[in-house]
Amino acid sequence: MKKIFSHPKSLRKIPTHYCAGCGHGIAHRLIAEVVDELNIREKVIGIAPVGCAVVAYDYWDFDCCESAHGRALAVATGIKRCRPEKVVFTYQGDGDLAAIGTNETIHAANRGENLTVIFINNAVYGMTGGQMAPTTLVGQKTATTPYGRKVNLHGWPLKISEILGLLKGVVYVERVSLHAPLEVLKAKSAIKQAFLNQIQNKGFSLVEILSACPTYWQMSPREALDWIKEVMIKEFPLGRIK
Amino acid sequence: MPKISIDKERCKGCLLCVNFCPKGLIKSSQKLNKNGINYVEFLDKDNTCLGCMQCAIICPDCCIEVYR
Amino acid sequence: MKKEKILISGNEAIGEGAIQAGCFFYAGYPITPQNELTAYMAKRMLQEKRVFIQAESEISAINMVLGASAAGFRAMTSSSSPGISLKQEGLSYLAGCQLPAVIVNIMRAGPGLGNIFPAQSDYFQATKGGGHGDYYCIVLAPFSVQEAFDFMFFAFDLADKYRNPVMILGDGFLGQMVEPLTVKFQIPNSKYQIIKKDWALTGCKKRAPNIIKSFYLKQKELEKFNLLLQKKYKTIKRRETRWQEIDVEDARIILVAYGTMARIAKGVVRKLREKGKKIGLIRPITLWPFPQKAFLKNPKARYLVLEMSYGQMVEDVKLALEGDKNVEFLGRAGGGIPTEEEIIRRVK
Repeated sequence: MKKIFSHPKSLRKIPTHYCAGCGHGIAHRLIAEVVDELNIREKVIGIAPVGCAVVAYDYWDFDCCESAHGRALAVATGIKRCRPEKVVFTYQGDGDLAAIGTNETIHAANRGENLTVIFINNAVYGMTGGQMAPTTLVGQKTATTPYGRKVNLHGWPLKISEILGLLKGVVYVERVSLHAPLEVLKAKSAIKQAFLNQIQNKGFSLVEILSACPTYWQMSPREALDWIKEVMIKEFPLGRIK
Repeated sequence: MPKISIDKERCKGCLLCVNFCPKGLIKSSQKLNKNGINYVEFLDKDNTCLGCMQCAIICPDCCIEVYR
Repeated sequence: MKKEKILISGNEAIGEGAIQAGCFFYAGYPITPQNELTAYMAKRMLQEKRVFIQAESEISAINMVLGASAAGFRAMTSSSSPGISLKQEGLSYLAGCQLPAVIVNIMRAGPGLGNIFPAQSDYFQATKGGGHGDYYCIVLAPFSVQEAFDFMFFAFDLADKYRNPVMILGDGFLGQMVEPLTVKFQIPNSKYQIIKKDWALTGCKKRAPNIIKSFYLKQKELEKFNLLLQKKYKTIKRRETRWQEIDVEDARIILVAYGTMARIAKGVVRKLREKGKKIGLIRPITLWPFPQKAFLKNPKARYLVLEMSYGQMVEDVKLALEGDKNVEFLGRAGGGIPTEEEIIRRVK
């Protein structure tokens, strides 16, 4: 009997601090699987964000750097420009990448930095207690939109991936989701493509991953996946953006 | 015949695997692990597991390994 | 070692000093009066096949420096007062991650946008941490173009040795002033990692993964880490305090000044000594750690602290002398500088 699905080597076999049903665990695993499959564990450098994934470096078994909230792509730029032979990626949430770090994100992308970005969009701030994110849907209730997100007060959900797709420095943008096993497999191949682009010196690649936050969506893990499928995807359509 | 193994100590009982198993072979156990969580169990008396890996792919905690 | 004499501005001397000291990475953002430094690095770093980036903001620049430093390379950024305020987040993270880096502040007058005239009003910010948390930057205050160049070697060495950010605190005067400089060419261009950095991010080949972080979730862990930092700061205080003194021992009045202000003070001391006045000068070179020992030699003298601010370093002088009975202050800011005549009037 052969093991056909096993724990990736680049992911430590320890319990994570994530809530039950949280998408971060799947995304961490997919990155570890891609790192193993591309055989780059000894030359990959990950940048952990501020947010729920702040201790991602405790789970991945390779070199990692912390970054201040939103600054991951500036830190990654510094590392990659000094060590272009390494494979450098950032792992950032919606608040990190598309609110406080919008400036760093757009300019790293526009410079065409040869980096890989894994962008987790769960439409909410998790670590701080479920506040409105730039990607929070219209009508969605959060700690800071207790009556639901209203366009006249809070603006529209920010389509950062579509914005980045307009920039000449960007070579690859794809939006994927983790709401079903088949979607998870698609997400993995997008992540792999984003890493391959860097290895082949093609330039800036970003994968946006729609990921569940059952705790702050106040749903069961299953309901959260259904909400991605039935509601979130309408605002954030899946597929290749660039 | 295919089968799965579950690391019950790291299981958080989110039940996503239960939802996606096409044969209904995974169930919430009545027992608690060290973290006080109702972990899931694999029960396949009739050897009907397909080894489709859907449970392992959707597991957010990488608790499931699949054999075929 | 090759030597060459050139005429150069303070800003450019800092740039060349950094290059000779093995700086591999520079990121900056335009702000007056340090623009010549950024422009100089744009030209020279590319000539030396090193990295220059004009960042989208001061915040981004210092975080790029954090990345380059985490990768094990000598890295620096420069700015002027309002820009340095923006860099405080990065400075706190550099200190918390124990990463070496050199930050140059060519001070201008504040608060707010203030103006572009030279000032020394960022002394508190520079020497008391500046950002959040219990940390210190080592702060060096050059007072000539030659020192601006020479201190870059010192700054990068200190940063690497203690894994701590080092700030060069100059003012617009020092940055813009043109003086003869003896350039020492000493670092071979290929050897950027002057000190072995086994903590650096290089990919985990044949070793356990390295993690660069300042985050300690558990209270006890963070307390332990803070105590480690405090121990390091104590060592720095003990070993690295520097100052210059002129005619201190028999002086009845001692001027205390750093940077550009110290040049004027030095002129006053020379002039009044010629007339027989018992006057001396203490010029702190490290502003943090502050040279408290310098004041032990003649603690009963009358002290006159001179600053291009409304009284910041004077507080450290009072601490060093354990009181303010014999400490006086003369300062101007917002573009004004205490003149020789004003100082002489106060001395008499």
